[in-house]
Amino acid sequence: MSASFEKGYNALKEQVDASVASFFSSCVHCGMCSEACLFFTETGAPERTPINKTEPLRRVWRQEYTLLGRLGKIFGFGKKVTDDMLAEWETLIYDSCTLCGRCSMVCPVGNDITDMIRKTREGMAASGHAPPGLIGATKRAVTIGSPMGVKLPALQAQIAHVENDTGMTIPVDVEGADYMLLLSSMEIMNFPEFIEAVAKIFKHAGVSWTISSDAFEATNSGIQIGSSDIAAELVQRIVDAAAKLKVKNVISPECGHAYMAIRWEGPNLIGKSYDFKVVHILELLDDLRKKDRLRVKGRLKDRLTYHDPCQISRRGGVIDEPRNLIGMFADNFVEMPDPGKMNWCCGAGGGVSSNERADEIRLRVFQRKKDQLDAIHVDGMISACSNCRIHLEDGLEEYHMELPVLSLTETLAENLDES
Amino acid sequence: MTKDLSRKDRTLGETLRSQGVSRRSFLKFCAATASMMALPPSMIPTIANALEKARRPSVIWLSFQECTGCTESLTRAHTASVESLIFDSISLDYHHTLQAAAGHAAEAAREAAMEENHGKYLVVVDGSIPNGNNGYSTIAGISNYDMLIETAKGAAAIVTVGTCAAFGGIPHAKPNPTGAVSVSDIIKDKPIINVPGCPPIPVVITGVLTHFLTFGTIPDLDNLGRPKTFFGQSIHDRCYRRPFYDKGLFAETFDDEGARQGWCLYKLGCKGPTTYNACATTKWNGGVSFPIEAGHPCIGCSEPNFWDGGGFYKAISIPTENITKTTMYAAAAGVAAGVAIGATGRMKKSAAGKAHQKVTIDDLEK
Amino acid sequence: MTETELLTWARGPGFQIASIIFALGIMLRLGEILMLGRKANLAEAKGSAMSSGLRTVFSRTVPDAATFKRSAFTVTAGYIFHIGLFVVIFLFAPHILFFKDLLHVSWPALPSPVIDATSVITIITLVIVLVHRLRDPVKRFLSNYDDYLGWFVTILPLITGYIAFHRVGMTAPSLIAIHLLSVQLLMVVFPFTKLMHAFTIFLARWYNGAISGYRGVQS
Repeated sequence: MSASFEKGYNALKEQVDASVASFFSSCVHCGMCSEACLFFTETGAPERTPINKTEPLRRVWRQEYTLLGRLGKIFGFGKKVTDDMLAEWETLIYDSCTLCGRCSMVCPVGNDITDMIRKTREGMAASGHAPPGLIGATKRAVTIGSPMGVKLPALQAQIAHVENDTGMTIPVDVEGADYMLLLSSMEIMNFPEFIEAVAKIFKHAGVSWTISSDAFEATNSGIQIGSSDIAAELVQRIVDAAAKLKVKNVISPECGHAYMAIRWEGPNLIGKSYDFKVVHILELLDDLRKKDRLRVKGRLKDRLTYHDPCQISRRGGVIDEPRNLIGMFADNFVEMPDPGKMNWCCGAGGGVSSNERADEIRLRVFQRKKDQLDAIHVDGMISACSNCRIHLEDGLEEYHMELPVLSLTETLAENLDES
Repeated sequence: MTKDLSRKDRTLGETLRSQGVSRRSFLKFCAATASMMALPPSMIPTIANALEKARRPSVIWLSFQECTGCTESLTRAHTASVESLIFDSISLDYHHTLQAAAGHAAEAAREAAMEENHGKYLVVVDGSIPNGNNGYSTIAGISNYDMLIETAKGAAAIVTVGTCAAFGGIPHAKPNPTGAVSVSDIIKDKPIINVPGCPPIPVVITGVLTHFLTFGTIPDLDNLGRPKTFFGQSIHDRCYRRPFYDKGLFAETFDDEGARQGWCLYKLGCKGPTTYNACATTKWNGGVSFPIEAGHPCIGCSEPNFWDGGGFYKAISIPTENITKTTMYAAAAGVAAGVAIGATGRMKKSAAGKAHQKVTIDDLEK
Repeated sequence: MTETELLTWARGPGFQIASIIFALGIMLRLGEILMLGRKANLAEAKGSAMSSGLRTVFSRTVPDAATFKRSAFTVTAGYIFHIGLFVVIFLFAPHILFFKDLLHVSWPALPSPVIDATSVITIITLVIVLVHRLRDPVKRFLSNYDDYLGWFVTILPLITGYIAFHRVGMTAPSLIAIHLLSVQLLMVVFPFTKLMHAFTIFLARWYNGAISGYRGVQS
């Protein structure tokens, strides 16, 4: 078994549905999506216009699902999808798109271009045109359980570390807990403070929770590479672990695409609704706030802003929650230009950060974020996605900017009134 | 038409004076003619001079498949007018409705005029010519077709009077049982001046004749052979109700407030926008009125095929056939076709689903 | 064929043929799209797909301020020629008579000098839009025959209509016949080009709004 053009073409045929057909029928080539995409605005390359990234899917729709296109195909008219063509589009579809969804918000005819690029990736992955970096991450996710190769002992070591530092107990494999916390590998390896912060807040608010040793990884490389089969397998592991521990809720951590994968794509990938609810950590925290279960000590005077992770806000619907939470402890909160659902991507989502080939361009397009930050002069930037955070730090360093990048959960934990 | 043949050689000036027309009224007539033909005032002496010296030309009037309305139009002037002056001034040698002679005598008059004025006489035709079975219309045993061919041979020019002669007119209308055609469909080698209308405006007929008498030439013609002087502008462009059209004020029925207010008749099917004639400027019955002024839309009678133009009371912008029905049937057929073709697309999609081979991590590379 | 015959043909069989292809084509294309279906979303909803979908059908007409700033020309020119087309097509008295004959409903017309001015503005805007399409790197890159054909069959009835209204060069029956034929060309081409967006835009916007709204985001 291996990738083949036929498999890829077949996958593209599977992806076309009424919404895709409506979108392609409606496109008037106005080019407005280019101005919504930081990979265009920061490079000026016309081929990086979002709608052009869907070209393989468009050709399949046209030649397979429209009367004129089908007739044209018989008589040899119209542009075909070929293996060479897919190879040519690979860097556009993977290196120059973070699936951030901004183009879908500005398209005047209402095309969900991002959704179509996501669908196009299904054909790319099946035909062997995914970037090597993403293929590697996907293999590790399936075989090891984490795209970064984080194994259970590594998590256990971090948990022991936190327990030693704080004296708290981190619940693992507790059957019947209300909430099962997922973590991203980045949180385990780069930001173990997150585990500590969650433990502290949940202790403070009296939340019953646990971590599963079977499925603690929240990220889903299958979504990023565009393989529903692999994505479904990774989702199934979480579903099984949740069933085993009989939890009522699963918490998606501070990671954008993990939330997209487990919250929105998950049930559709495995073909059935969950027996549990999925909440983003910010949704849960905001719920606790509403129930008055969180008390903060004092208020921060720093000028703070919030970077909306695309998959959490624009594609995920968690927009008001972070603002409510920040409002608990920050006196000087300022919005970036184009906040909330119109926020600009950090430049490394959608698998770009796993794709070393895209390192140069992701730092180049960070200019957009720099411009946004230059406009507001803040003392700190809060976010709620560890992938965003790593790349934001990377970008700030690249552009010689001094600005702390904070986790919302961690910042909230630090400001809890523990008296 | 009781003109004495012996006076044939008198000039027009002599004739008019002998009838007691003063120099002053003659010049007034010339001025009126000049203005009607849109000529500058400096041309008035030229016209006067030319008419003064003009010999009464011989005119042969052929009536074919017609209703005599054109002749009626011409002879029904209420007062002595420019047209009557002119008609007193030509030698109408043959017109079987008006002439006293009948039968062989009449035909003899025609033949005599043709011979005497060979190459110089004017032929006026009203009515269309049956072409196919020529027996549909004959005069003195001669078919219209043969008579036209024969008479046209020695003519200086032909003037068609009325839409039948100019474009085939009503006899030409569907289903055209007689195979009626216009003069220009048959005669190709003589200058033809078309003066269409059902009937044509009398002043326009005489104006054309005056031009021929004055200058001895054919006036400027449009692409349908009509003198531009009279047919250069559409009824719509010269219509006194045009401001209502521009303001969007229309009569919706013949007895609504709009009709009483004299608003535009476009919605009632007025063909003014596609009709070229002088009705709106010269008017009828001695300048009293014209159909639109009387509250009826123009029916476009001076245009070819006006009878088959899709209905007199249907506005020009309305399709002549029932496209509501057509569209509904086509849409229904489209839904059926869309569902059928869409179903094949759906089958193709589900076939692709069945052909799906599970992608594992070993299938990500070739 | 005389010009009156040409006009009669355009008003009769011409419209019949064009209406058949137009109506059949539109329904066929819509059927072709909708029959593909869309899987039900199994994730638990955070918002209403239906209300967000309906909302987006309208709200997408107005871009947010930042998007407008970035695409000021495209948006402004787009507004002008779309509104211009609407005014010229639907608010000119003779056109309203056409729709009344077709749909049996009528509405008030604008004075013809207003229509005249609007058509000039629309024609000029469409010409500028074409120049922009040829010069703008992104638009030029994205454009194919569909874009140029769509442009041509859209501007043609405007130009022929303008000339027919002012009677330039030919006599009215020919000019009106040419105008009607150019409209019929537009109708025939319509379902099979990007002009189809006039219908599918409602589907596309609805899907976009529904996808977002289901996740609790107003798009």
